[in-house]
Amino acid sequence: MAHEHDHNHGHDHDHGPKFRHPPQPDEDETLGYYQLMEVAVRELLIEKGLISADDLRRTIEKIDSRSPALGARMVAHAWVDPAYKKRLLADGSAAAQELGIDASDVKLIVVENTPRVHNVIVCTLCSCYPRPILGLPPDWYKARSYRSRVVREPRAVLREFGTGLADDVEVRVHDSTADMRYLVLPERPPGTEGWDEARLAELVTRDSMIGVTKVSSPAA
Amino acid sequence: MRGPHDMGGLPAGPVDRTEHKHDFWEKRVDALARLLTERKLRTTDESRRAIESLAPDAYDRMSYYERWMAAITTILLERGVITSDELGRKMEEVRTRKAAP
Amino acid sequence: MTGMERRAVPARFRPGERVAVRRADPPGHIRTPFYIRGCVGVVERLCGAFANPEELAYRRTGLPAQPLYRVRFNQCDIWPDYRGPAHDTVDVEIYQHWLEPR
Repeated sequence: MAHEHDHNHGHDHDHGPKFRHPPQPDEDETLGYYQLMEVAVRELLIEKGLISADDLRRTIEKIDSRSPALGARMVAHAWVDPAYKKRLLADGSAAAQELGIDASDVKLIVVENTPRVHNVIVCTLCSCYPRPILGLPPDWYKARSYRSRVVREPRAVLREFGTGLADDVEVRVHDSTADMRYLVLPERPPGTEGWDEARLAELVTRDSMIGVTKVSSPAA
Repeated sequence: MRGPHDMGGLPAGPVDRTEHKHDFWEKRVDALARLLTERKLRTTDESRRAIESLAPDAYDRMSYYERWMAAITTILLERGVITSDELGRKMEEVRTRKAAP
Repeated sequence: MTGMERRAVPARFRPGERVAVRRADPPGHIRTPFYIRGCVGVVERLCGAFANPEELAYRRTGLPAQPLYRVRFNQCDIWPDYRGPAHDTVDVEIYQHWLEPR
């Protein structure tokens, strides 16, 4: 999915007015009001010693280190290891930690898709999302249309993502209104028998872990 | 009355699946929010409340990260971490600096 | 039990119990979505006890912690015009002070 190749240049605008950086991509445009505010607030906080440029750098690196590949590893591992799957469904955060994925600051609940139940996740009130496992949410997840409609007409929204579900399947929408964060464990597709975990993980998309799509069978 | 953020069940158009790469400044906003929470200068609950208190058309007029930046600043002002006066002066200083050849 | 759970309001409801979401419309920071108020569902699980976000939003402690439940609703019970199958559901996390027995 949308993988970001942002290379944070490792320094912030905290050198004062005399030092001029080589132009960075976001400096070419006129600064909007809130972009101006971001620079100003950041500089004030650094001047006051409340945060440092290093802290910000470290935090951006942490943000960049998280991507759907982490969730895909958990899913693939659950597909090949039934005992891990059981632990994953009992306590998502602990299961993430087992694979060296730091989910200590979220209460992760993993919900399993089966032939009878299809889960899909939303935060109608804001944009709660399992960021430690999937990275930053896509724009559509945070926008009006998805947040308004998926609780009310999930099947129609899923069709827009190319996902059709039979009437005998229960569509279960999870609205993350509180401290829990949800991840869908998609069904393992047919045609993957004997595959190793790394190969399986490559099939697992971000959208399948949100629940708007299933994991497709590999092309014949 | 439902707040502008409380949109579950309201009618809306098709989902626009276009995705944009996060600009540097947006990641800095995200990082700032996380860092301030770590430093106990902000909580997610306060920031959400601040976003919900923005003008009703903020959802359509402002982007996601613009709303977050507005909220972060509101909380810092409420808590007295920064003052409007020093923020206003700093913003003007930055504006002038960015406009300099 | 966590420290927060020791200072929590006792849990009233059990999994499997029918509950109604209270009708109320206060200003402030509310995490019970508008669309679910007044609806009847079934407690799927007790998630634990958490500081009340309505209070945390104003820099108060939010204690004693409120039990938080995942409550499952039939879509047909939320939307009179729901067009999908009768067994489709929505799970929402709701704080105890918004729930009443049914």
